[in-house]
Amino acid sequence: MTLPGSTSAAPPAARGRSLTKVFGAGDTRVVALDGVDVDFDRGRFTAIMGPSGSGKSTLMHCMAGLDSVTEGQAFIGDVDLSSLDDKALTVLRRDRVGFVFQAFNLLPTLTALENITLPMDIAGRKPDQAWLDRVIDTVGLRERLAHRPTELSGGQQQRVACARALAGRPDIVFADEPTGNLDSRSGADVLDFLRSSVRTMDQTVVMVTHDPNAAGYADRVLFLADGRIVDEMADPTAERVLERLKAFDPADDRSADGGAASRAGVR
Amino acid sequence: MWRTTWRSLLAHKLRLALSGLAIVLGVAFVVGTLIFTDTLSKTFNELFESTAADVNVTRAAAFDQGLEGTGTGGTATYVPADLVDEIADVEGVAAVEGSVQAEGVYILDADGEVLDTGGAPGIGVSWDTEESLSPTTLVDGRAATAPDEIMIDTNSAEETGYRVGDTITVLTPGPRVEAELVGTFRFGDEGGLAGASLTAFDMTTAQELLTAPGQFTGIGVGAADGVDPGELADRVAAAVGPDYDVKTASEQAESLSADFSEALQFINIFLLVFAGIALFVGTFIILNTFSMLVAQRTRELALLRALGASRGQVSRSVLGEALVVGIVGSTVGLAAGYGIAAGLRALFGSFGLTLDGSLVLAGDTVLWGYAVGVLVTLVSAYVPARRAARMPPVAAMRDDVVTVQRGLRRRTAVGAVLAAVGLAALVGGTLSDDGGTGASLVGLGALALILGATALSPVLARPFLRSVGALLPRVWGTTGRLAQENAVRNPRRTAATASALMIGLALVSAFSVIGASTNASIDKLIAGSVRAEFVVSSAVGLPFSPDVAEQVGDVDGVASVMPLRWGQAQLDGQTTFLTAVEPDRLARTIELTWVDGSAEGLGGDGVIVDQPTAEGRGWAVGDPVEVLTLDNREQQLTVSGIFESNQVIGSTVISLGTLAGAGGVDQDRFLFVDLDDGVSTADVRPQLDEVLAAYPIVDLKDQTEFQDEQKGQVDQLLLLINAMLVLSVLIAALGIVNTLAMSVIERTREIGLLRAVGLGRAQLRRMVRLEAVVISIYGAVLGLVLGTLFGVALSRSLADQGITELAVPVPRMVVFLLVAAVIGVLAAVGPARRAARLKVLDAIAQT
Ligand SMILES: Nc1ncnc2c1ncn2[C@@H]1O[C@H](COP(=O)(O)OP(=O)(O)O)[C@@H](O)[C@H]1O
Ligand SMILES: [Mg+2]
Repeated sequence: MTLPGSTSAAPPAARGRSLTKVFGAGDTRVVALDGVDVDFDRGRFTAIMGPSGSGKSTLMHCMAGLDSVTEGQAFIGDVDLSSLDDKALTVLRRDRVGFVFQAFNLLPTLTALENITLPMDIAGRKPDQAWLDRVIDTVGLRERLAHRPTELSGGQQQRVACARALAGRPDIVFADEPTGNLDSRSGADVLDFLRSSVRTMDQTVVMVTHDPNAAGYADRVLFLADGRIVDEMADPTAERVLERLKAFDPADDRSADGGAASRAGVR
Repeated sequence: MWRTTWRSLLAHKLRLALSGLAIVLGVAFVVGTLIFTDTLSKTFNELFESTAADVNVTRAAAFDQGLEGTGTGGTATYVPADLVDEIADVEGVAAVEGSVQAEGVYILDADGEVLDTGGAPGIGVSWDTEESLSPTTLVDGRAATAPDEIMIDTNSAEETGYRVGDTITVLTPGPRVEAELVGTFRFGDEGGLAGASLTAFDMTTAQELLTAPGQFTGIGVGAADGVDPGELADRVAAAVGPDYDVKTASEQAESLSADFSEALQFINIFLLVFAGIALFVGTFIILNTFSMLVAQRTRELALLRALGASRGQVSRSVLGEALVVGIVGSTVGLAAGYGIAAGLRALFGSFGLTLDGSLVLAGDTVLWGYAVGVLVTLVSAYVPARRAARMPPVAAMRDDVVTVQRGLRRRTAVGAVLAAVGLAALVGGTLSDDGGTGASLVGLGALALILGATALSPVLARPFLRSVGALLPRVWGTTGRLAQENAVRNPRRTAATASALMIGLALVSAFSVIGASTNASIDKLIAGSVRAEFVVSSAVGLPFSPDVAEQVGDVDGVASVMPLRWGQAQLDGQTTFLTAVEPDRLARTIELTWVDGSAEGLGGDGVIVDQPTAEGRGWAVGDPVEVLTLDNREQQLTVSGIFESNQVIGSTVISLGTLAGAGGVDQDRFLFVDLDDGVSTADVRPQLDEVLAAYPIVDLKDQTEFQDEQKGQVDQLLLLINAMLVLSVLIAALGIVNTLAMSVIERTREIGLLRAVGLGRAQLRRMVRLEAVVISIYGAVLGLVLGTLFGVALSRSLADQGITELAVPVPRMVVFLLVAAVIGVLAAVGPARRAARLKVLDAIAQT
């Protein structure tokens, strides 16, 4: 059996099997994921693209143990998430998964450094200082560590969020449109950081994005439509991704990814 | 993790401070009460210990009379003079002397007015010659040795301005005494006896005026060097036999101050009830505040959950905040409680009960303060904390914070059941025959109804706001419409906010109904049962000399004067307050409605009782009653009549002759004056006034004045209760401020949008204000309805206690409603200003 993304022999960092997620019932029933099989290999940077409402966020939430699946299984390493209770799931998220959201990543009452070490604080663990230094230097925020989120620009805030996601050395980092709210410069800073964390620090990153340029930073792109994986592309570039997106049904395209396409055009 | 708790606390300090105020008030009342009680018993302990002789001998009372010296007993017990010689023979006795002390001696100032002791008794004593046994110390002049010589305490001398050598007048249980002031003295170390005025006579005069020749009220014994007072007491006790009580100084002090504390127990209960109310109302506000903080921080908490904080950690972080609020609130409350205790001391000082020592802050008090404050806060924050823990982590990722509105079905069910049970208990209590059971049933029913109404109030809020709130858009257009919608939007919050006000107003209006009913009952009772044209009495029921009755009786146009006295005895083994009257004159001055028998037998060995007492004790006309008097004599009376409950005369009535035989003191409490036929009150009033001018301790009242005086007492009590309840309304107002401030913050974006599309600042302020008014009126309406129910039910259940009439003070209720609206307007000031100050763009940009 050949699955999308199963390119190496080593066990993947995370995988999903026949993932199905249904919201609501009756008239309001929505099938957000429809039997998705997916592998995320270790040490790779995967981008997920697709029209708005195609199930990208839902896929991430299910893979990361933030939400339960209706059918199928999601694994982090060898652990089947559906077999875990809330407590175990919480510990798993804390110790093995990192998150970056589109917005509201940071607690406004804590400083940048306190936000970065928050998951360790929650666990009551001391951070690995060498690793922490390395993450902070890579993200380039050493002077800003004592600042509160409101004193940081949007790009800096997202970089702090990325640093926090990586500070605990998770098995895998999920980022849901981390650059969605940023201008292209700040977005590039964040993407640079995510890519270098994969290249030089051997991390595993899965990122949802609308933006073909952002997808160009990844090692691989998965295309999602109507809750199914419809295509994938290895070693993507912004141009190739844009081409591929244009091949989607134009009706979907206009409504959902027109913004992304035009943003790509500006670049 | 604690860091996030701490930071969040700092970020919301104002809000938490507001909710903490409820804790502060509650703890302050608890602590104030405890400090005051401790101070009271310490002061009295020290005072009594320092002033008593080593060993004291008094007549053994047949039963516990409650507090001696409060003037409620009216029964005296004497010690014969020959006992002194017997005690002098006991081995180890160095000194022994009898003494006399009694109430009813009032010093008149230069204007002929009674020296104001603020309700403390006026006490007369014999001047003890044996200094080592005497609690008094001569300060100025010399000892009184003749009937026309007199001494007073230094405090009284200071207040009246009298000096040694002046001629002064005192009222005594016997005649008015005019005498030369030959000396001043102080009592104990501080100078006074808890605010009472003291007058000393030489022994012979004192016995003549206060007891009887050869009769003491007590004997003081001094121990020889090296003799243990306890041992000496045992020896003296063996010598005098079981008819006498022998106590050491410390035993005496302890039992006296225990008596005092017991007498003042009602103050403790009173204060603790208000502490309870403050804390109960506070619970709602804390719950509300924390619920809103949790709602406001949905994303933050969800983010924590997404990052791996366990449910326990999230709920502990919320409870941690509550813990800090509780500790800080309790600490401030402790300080405020100290202030309350100081205030109480000052208040009591103005009533004549002077406490000279410093306030006592015991370790237990501190412990209780913190325990109560912290516990209440944690319990109140528990529900929001649990809700926070259940926050799904995905909520962190949602763009729009949707606070999920849970169904109200379970609440409706629980509320309906509670309300039904409460109503049933209320009705049951109203119909109950036994006043005591009835009142407690009503109390339980009221509690269940309040809880039920609290549970139901979100359900009721919608129809109320839809119907009554519909006025808003009609009067204020769009602004009104927005205000209405905002109030309806979160019925739970609206209801929780209104609940605090509801409870406060329910209590206030319940007391108003009871007060109005009591007053109406008094009107009816006095109009219907007092036949006497005039009543003579002292302001606070202090006893006065029988001379007054005699002189009033001599006035032309007065047909008869009926004195009324108080006493105490054990009837069939139960200590009972007695009223004594002149049987022949009873019918002419007080009209009783007879259920069975008549007043006829009263002249002999009869006793008449009111119906509730007869039912309670199982007495019927003709039944024998075993009486044990205070000086341990047994006697048999016969129930000769049963009358309908009548507050003027009391529940158990004997004749003056019977009272005198049972050791009653010859001092009157009331005189009922009956005029000759055809003589008008205006005709005799001048002469009566003239006669009574010599006795400034008493006042002359006609029927209307007597009614007003009795009602005045009810009104005063009501005023005191309401003043305390205002506090709970105040706490409720704080709750409204809190809710509004939160909802303004929550709606920052929305407000920005409204401003962007052209809503003016003034309109915005009005919108917030209207929302507040609507919420407070909702709470007030619920409270008034409940309170009226409680008041009516309680009044009905107390019908056999004399509250025969039912009156609902409607105008007062309307005032309460208006006050609630004003509270709403005031509560909205801060939040409205804050909303209006938001800059349009900032507000929209804020996430
Ligand atoms: N909590 C939810 N309740 C109901 N429907 C939801 C919920 N979350 C997502 N959906 C629906 O599931 C589908 C996929 O949503 P999502 O995964 O957020 O899409 P994307 O991130 O690709 O834009 C959409 O149709 C969306 O409306
Ligand atoms: Mg999405």
